[in-house]
Amino acid sequence: MSKIPSAPPVLPSTSSIEPERYELSEPLRYRFELERRDFVKLFGGGLLVLVAAPAALAQESGRGRGGQNQQPAELAAWLQIDGNGHVTGSTGKVEIGQNARTALAQQIADELRVPLASVSLVMGDTDRTPYDMGTFGSRTTPTMAPVMAKAAATAREMLIDQAGARWQADRASLAARDGRVFGPGGKSIAYGEITKGQALTGTIVADPPQQKRTDWQIRGTAAKKLDGRAFVTGAHEFPSDIKRPGMMYGHVIRPDGYGATLVTLDSAGATKIPGVTVVHDGDFAGVVAPTERDAKRATAAVRATWNVPAGQPSSRTIFTYLKENPEGEGGRGGRPTVTGDVAAARAQASRTFEASYLIPYIAHVPLEPRAAVAEWQDGKLTVWTGTQRPFGVRAELAEAFHLPEDKVRVIMPDMGSGYGGKHTGECAIEAARLAKAAGRPVKLVWTRAEEFAWAYFRPAGVIDVRSGVDAQGRIAFWEFDNWNSGTAGIQTPYEIANRRIAFHPAKTPLRQGSYRGLAATANHYAREMHMDEMARALGADAVEFRLRHLKDDRLRNVLTAVAEKAKWPKPSAAGRALGIAAGTEKGSYVATAAELSKTPSGFKVERIVIAFECGAIVNPDGLKNQVEGAVVQGLGGALFEAIEFADGRLQNGTMEQYRVPRFKDVPPIDVVLLDRRDLPSAGAGETPLVCVAPAIGSAARAFGKVEARLPVTLA
Amino acid sequence: MARHVLRVNGKDHEVDAEPGDSLLSLLRDDLGLTGSKFGCGEGFCGACTVLIDGQLTRSCVTRVGAVAGKAIATVESLAAGDRLHPVQQAFLDAEAFQCGYCTSGMVMATVALLKNTPNPTEQDIARVMDRNVCRCGTYPRIVDAIKRAAQQMRTTTTAVGGQR
Repeated sequence: MSKIPSAPPVLPSTSSIEPERYELSEPLRYRFELERRDFVKLFGGGLLVLVAAPAALAQESGRGRGGQNQQPAELAAWLQIDGNGHVTGSTGKVEIGQNARTALAQQIADELRVPLASVSLVMGDTDRTPYDMGTFGSRTTPTMAPVMAKAAATAREMLIDQAGARWQADRASLAARDGRVFGPGGKSIAYGEITKGQALTGTIVADPPQQKRTDWQIRGTAAKKLDGRAFVTGAHEFPSDIKRPGMMYGHVIRPDGYGATLVTLDSAGATKIPGVTVVHDGDFAGVVAPTERDAKRATAAVRATWNVPAGQPSSRTIFTYLKENPEGEGGRGGRPTVTGDVAAARAQASRTFEASYLIPYIAHVPLEPRAAVAEWQDGKLTVWTGTQRPFGVRAELAEAFHLPEDKVRVIMPDMGSGYGGKHTGECAIEAARLAKAAGRPVKLVWTRAEEFAWAYFRPAGVIDVRSGVDAQGRIAFWEFDNWNSGTAGIQTPYEIANRRIAFHPAKTPLRQGSYRGLAATANHYAREMHMDEMARALGADAVEFRLRHLKDDRLRNVLTAVAEKAKWPKPSAAGRALGIAAGTEKGSYVATAAELSKTPSGFKVERIVIAFECGAIVNPDGLKNQVEGAVVQGLGGALFEAIEFADGRLQNGTMEQYRVPRFKDVPPIDVVLLDRRDLPSAGAGETPLVCVAPAIGSAARAFGKVEARLPVTLA
Repeated sequence: MARHVLRVNGKDHEVDAEPGDSLLSLLRDDLGLTGSKFGCGEGFCGACTVLIDGQLTRSCVTRVGAVAGKAIATVESLAAGDRLHPVQQAFLDAEAFQCGYCTSGMVMATVALLKNTPNPTEQDIARVMDRNVCRCGTYPRIVDAIKRAAQQMRTTTTAVGGQR
């Protein structure tokens, strides 16, 4: 397949991405001085060593790049049917474990009337797939699934037309099923016989006839991961598994602290290793070697001294720092949302509440660290890399190497997860820089320590909440101030007449960016913990207190569903405690209950119950998998994850020190899925995470005072 | 740099390496056995799990010099042609993965677990598997897969033979 032409017509834009998420993809910028030809060839065999001091605080926003890209309306850009009837869908979305490959194939198979096994997808290849902004924000199901379905429906109608023309049959007498068009008198023809492998010409129809959601045949079923077999056999090639002819291995020389400047660099030891090249270009330094072991040895042999600025904030001082260091106007914030008259309501309130919730930086810890294989050939750069934004990384590469985008190809093999943590292309840029110096393809796989220190974090934040109730126990006012966490989920779904909700962007000492659910986790924690505190103080039932303030039926439904399943309010055993939380984000609805038992050192999570609703369910088992996984990831932030840092260095940046959920940490998880075939499908990869921490936090209050700072700890 | 003979999946391979080099790097880069994954390099995530003389081993922190003459088995050795190992089949049946990056390590750790404990309790599973991380959080499904595999292997022990 050739590159998709960018000429009109194009599909109408379906993606109204919240600016925050996009702006939080902060590239780690290098300023290469390629034209200076300053690589030193140390050995005849092509040994190079580079030294780099990347900007530690990449605060530039990722705004404004790649904006001219649009999605083509040509059917052939999205769908191909070969002579054997095999269907290949094409999308710029990527598969990172969220099961998009399978769920999108279900869209195609259902509308095209072919078995799921006849469908495969090309994903996230900038030369082969239509432009896409990126895989984030739970946008694949609401925005890409309809494109796939429409493309398939258009193709199906086209195939029926062509069969009708061939048979000169009345179109109304024709039907498509099982990859064939059936006509009068029992005759039929396979799709592959109609297309003979030729491209489907024409454009995607705006509103082709499509199945009603209640008539879904393949959507709505628990289809297995399309290529699951390749994962259990180890055959699937992740980005870090890619190998190219003549490939060498790279490693980057990292500063030993944030904001460091390079004082001295001695590469003599490294260049003694046969085949090693040291590369030093502006802020960047690294090595290329024939093997990964040699690259590691060469890196260790480079003697670099760094000057790390003193007086940097630490994980102890961060919360004060964020409040005292505003980012200023024109940042990510925007104006506060004000409704009613907060001051008047406060003056009349019968009881007021005030609390501060502290949210630490946490790490994504994708099990596959950043990885890239870069290859220069005939002036074109090809990079295989793990990223949620292949087209964004293409733009970053084009910018870094002063290339037009059509001279850069980014290929994203289904990768070892992301969780919002792989929006940026720093590893791809580094690999490309090393490959350019070495004149050979270069593989660069970040170490775990690099992934912790030089990727980016879920933002730390401070959330202050002030509220009050009237004599009838209704919330009279609500003030919610969030420093640095972000705006996702900042609004309250509860009916409160007088409220002021504000986001305050702050300078961040650590590089921060997107995360699964983004700020919705932090904002839900603060809001739901505060709702719980008010209910407790009033002696009200926490479910009833919420329902008292809720009109949204979808949120009411998940809340009552979880309460029923958890047998709220009574814990299953004496001495245990139940907590509950609810919320909505990105068009889906969640309520979570946690049951805890007391332990000598604190508490233990005995059970999680979660009710989730995201409209019509495309793949119930895939959805359940996502919901369970989000709960487990939520347990990490709720129970033990927090980045510790001081003096410009991480203090727990290893897998041993930074605890992520493991088998022993996972309690039984009961999942209740509400299927709403009357509603369009919303994304589901993120929102099930957001109420885990407040459900646990509120339950923990039965055992004592809970600290302001996450993870949830008893005072 | 010295020559080492690695006995991997029943075949001898000669490799040039320092004795302290990581077995995982040799397996992946020199022998092309990329089913074993790099996750942390610390022995704390299990993505690189292989069997050495049948014992669960983290290949990323295993030195080449320490495994000469020993039988090394990677995930690539499990399936017999098109026929998956019962543990692989159980992971597939239970859909016990999301991104799949931990899967080969989980499968290998399960093979080791079931070799020593054919009928594991959930506590046995958590104890043996606790150093294998699934960051996507599919632990409940992996536990399910392990139970399915255990049952399958107990009922087919004679058919499959003692090697599995």
